[in-house]
Amino acid sequence: MDVQRLRQMADQIARNLAVRGPDAAAAAMAEHIAQFWDPRMRAAIIADRREALSPIAASAIDLLAARTAPGQALGPE
Amino acid sequence: MRYERQDDLGTPEVTSETRITLAIDGREISVPAGTSVMRAAALSGGAIPKLCASDNLAAFGSCRICLVEIDGMRGTPASCTTPVAENMVVRTQTARLERLRKGVMELYISDHPLDCLTCSANNDCELQDTAAQVGLRDVRYGYAGTSHLGLPTDSSNPYFDFDPSKCIACSRCVRACDEVQGTFALTMDGRGFASKISAGQALDDFFTSDCVSCGACVQACPTATLQEKAVTAIGKPERSVVTTCAYCGVGCTFRAEMRGEQLVRMVPWKDGKANRGHSCVKGRFAWGYANHQDRILNPMVRDRIDEPWREVSWAEAIAFAASRLATIKATHGAAALGGITSSRCTNEETYLVQKLVRAGFGSNNVDTCARVCHSPTGYGLKTTFGTSAGTQDFDSVMHADVILIIGANPTDAHPVFASRMKRRLRQGAKLIVIDPRRIDLVKSPHVEAAYHLPLQPGTNVAVLTAMAHVIVTEGLADEAFVRERCDLDEYRDWAAFVADPRHAPETLEPVTRVPAVELRAAARLYATGGNAAIYYGLGVTEHSQGSSTVMAIANLAMATGNIGRPGVGVNPLRGQNNVQGACDMGSFPHELPGYRHVSDDATRALFEADWGVSIDPEPGLRIPNMLDAAISGSFRALYIQGEDILQSDPNTRHVAAGLAAMECVIVQDLFLNETASYAHVFLPGSTFLEKNGTFTNAERRIQPVRKVMEPASGHEDWQITQLLAQAMGLDWNYIHPRQIMDEIARLTPSFSGVSFERLDACGSLQWPVNEAFPDGAPVMHVGQFAGGRGRFVVTDYVPTDEKTGPRFPLLLTTGRILSHYNVGAQTRRTGNVAWHPEDRLEMHPVDAENRGLKDGDWARLASRTGETTLRVTVTDRVAPGVVYTTFHHPSTQANVVTTEFSDWATNCPEYKVTAVQVTPSNGPTDWQQDYEAQSRRSRRIVPAETAE
Repeated sequence: MDVQRLRQMADQIARNLAVRGPDAAAAAMAEHIAQFWDPRMRAAIIADRREALSPIAASAIDLLAARTAPGQALGPE
Repeated sequence: MRYERQDDLGTPEVTSETRITLAIDGREISVPAGTSVMRAAALSGGAIPKLCASDNLAAFGSCRICLVEIDGMRGTPASCTTPVAENMVVRTQTARLERLRKGVMELYISDHPLDCLTCSANNDCELQDTAAQVGLRDVRYGYAGTSHLGLPTDSSNPYFDFDPSKCIACSRCVRACDEVQGTFALTMDGRGFASKISAGQALDDFFTSDCVSCGACVQACPTATLQEKAVTAIGKPERSVVTTCAYCGVGCTFRAEMRGEQLVRMVPWKDGKANRGHSCVKGRFAWGYANHQDRILNPMVRDRIDEPWREVSWAEAIAFAASRLATIKATHGAAALGGITSSRCTNEETYLVQKLVRAGFGSNNVDTCARVCHSPTGYGLKTTFGTSAGTQDFDSVMHADVILIIGANPTDAHPVFASRMKRRLRQGAKLIVIDPRRIDLVKSPHVEAAYHLPLQPGTNVAVLTAMAHVIVTEGLADEAFVRERCDLDEYRDWAAFVADPRHAPETLEPVTRVPAVELRAAARLYATGGNAAIYYGLGVTEHSQGSSTVMAIANLAMATGNIGRPGVGVNPLRGQNNVQGACDMGSFPHELPGYRHVSDDATRALFEADWGVSIDPEPGLRIPNMLDAAISGSFRALYIQGEDILQSDPNTRHVAAGLAAMECVIVQDLFLNETASYAHVFLPGSTFLEKNGTFTNAERRIQPVRKVMEPASGHEDWQITQLLAQAMGLDWNYIHPRQIMDEIARLTPSFSGVSFERLDACGSLQWPVNEAFPDGAPVMHVGQFAGGRGRFVVTDYVPTDEKTGPRFPLLLTTGRILSHYNVGAQTRRTGNVAWHPEDRLEMHPVDAENRGLKDGDWARLASRTGETTLRVTVTDRVAPGVVYTTFHHPSTQANVVTTEFSDWATNCPEYKVTAVQVTPSNGPTDWQQDYEAQSRRSRRIVPAETAE
């Protein structure tokens, strides 16, 4: 997947959820991506550099990565 | 069903709780107060002869045929204009009445050509019938006097002729244009013997007048004065089948009137609950594509897309497709395969495509064209209200006191509903229009918006937040409703957010370009004007904040208590006929039918048990993600039923690159569409006239689609999907779409009470149809939201990434025109091209003058994505700085210019905001010339050596 495109998508989601505050926005964004992104898109953004993302998006992807770590549910909670 | 004219009770139905009892020719009947004597007589089984009356028009009383005698009343009143009274005694057949009627008929016939045997309306003519009813045998006045018999016929309209020599000046056409359509294009010119029907001004004909060819006048005409050319050419229909239109989301029902296997005409069905007997130029007349010479009737395959097509048998084509799909699956895994369902196909066909992808391909990579139109509606309304659908039926608009239209142009895109809306506006409802363009409803005959807020494209959320600011800070919210029906904590958070001074209309005016005074007044009207209903379209959804805008709309409706009863609500106007149905049927990659997430174990288990397969619990790829994944190599095969993504989706070059990267593209369509240029398999589809099934319109109304002729290619579309599924090893054995609907009902709670039998009995049903709503639900969220409590969502305005600047200083927004539908694959192959033979670029006079452009000049339209050329229409309908075009013609390829920016939540493309520059041009761009050449090459066909 074109990771640049995924970064744009992630940052756009973060900007639209930012009004909720950093923590709530990151949690909502992680949930959103779990619900709507295909696994290869999720894998690509998780593997990407966090510095390439806005702070909220980076936090969200960290949360997402934690959910998809071994022993964690892959899909939405 | 044998052909018969539709029943006509003479005057419209009246609603009243008071019943009036009277006697007509000795028969006692009880009818609602206000009913005409004519209607009461027809209801009692004794229809009175008439010519100027029709039950979809207000009584007029001009023809003097429907005279009756009433005890206690002097003279012989017209029964159409005389209301019933308690204990009234009416006689409709007396010697005096017979004499009077015969005398009137003599006058009509003395100025009427006596060419009945060669007339196109012979044996289907109300004048002929009435002459027979009154027993006319001769005309005492002779035929030698001055007459209208030599008047020339106006054949300017592509679909019907106007022969004034046959006109009886009953004014039914004029009144239909006024009352039913609301265009006021026709008039009765002159007085007395000089009276004549006139379209537009003196120099106009029907084509150049304001006539929108809805067909209401033709339907109303009691003679052959206004007659369909097809009836003249083919003859009187012999049978009729009631079915549902395959154009926009209004979902009009029509009688397909047939002569043998030939369709003579489509006539709006008076009992249709979506259209109430009305139609538009597309549904009424633009069905010629069904028999167009461009239709492909044989399956075709090719190994590479630069090869010519090879006509093959169905068996070979299906085997070819299945083999390629199986090879790709074996080599690259199930995630490399996917499908696209069509909002132009039936619920049953759509359901089967998503089932094939999930159960046969083994992935959830299924998406639908709603991705590029109303996917934000699904997200936004499900989040706020708990279900992904509009809240009202169309009839609801007749109870609205305030109508707010945002990002929709109903007179062009949903014309039949627009006529209902205009009728309500003429009755006094107030109108607010939020749109960058001055759409027709802003000001048209007898309709004028109270407020038009011409916002800067891309600022919907800012405008709606400013309206919410006014409502909250001025104490106009319906807090009792909110407390009772909604999540109060979320409301308080939302109210505090919108009340912030940074959301005041005055603060946001530099962003929205909407005068704060106007915006405040519009917000007050919406909140306090009585029943307020919001209708919206793609001008809401096709933005980077499409989902936020839908939720902002839902917030406004909840905050003002405008949910849960007739006359209010949130109403997405769906673009295509079955957008609602395609979404209901599980066409999205994250949802199974009934909007249930694929990760839900219980739902998956239900489908797995029924289908006998395991279903991937992960969401699949959406259309733009499929194209990205194709370019990066992880997505390689796509089955597309009834869609043309190359023309309809944004950034054409990127779509082309994605398609070209795939190893197997299967296109199932009527024509070699633009996408087929990149296909390896072409499966010839069937028109809506050639299949059985159901469509679900914008008001959640499930309506039957009935086969009126055999499929020209040999198979209905659902059968083709089944052939492919069987070739891939699935044990599918559907014999009729009713079995597919039974399966849908079995697996989808909101459809559990739906069956073909019930639809045949009821005509239509609005989901949910289940134990809680056995007869469906015209209005949703009555008493309680589908999701329990209504949820307010804070929607912050986030400007789009698409910015204007020195290189691209204008904003382009795109849309539709009345005479065309979507990518134009159907309407471009009909007489409708007479109105719109090309896409034009609307530009404000100031912008045009600054660029040295005049009306009709060729211009180069360029964005960061690409460029095209088209001709300019100079008009102040668009604001300075904004240009507008349509996307109906592949030669223009407007989507070469649009970008891949999309809605943050759903990836719905941002068609409505593209930064562009416009400059004078001499001709087509290199892209257009290359595209044309490539398109010609890709459409080469080698015929089959032997027929199947």
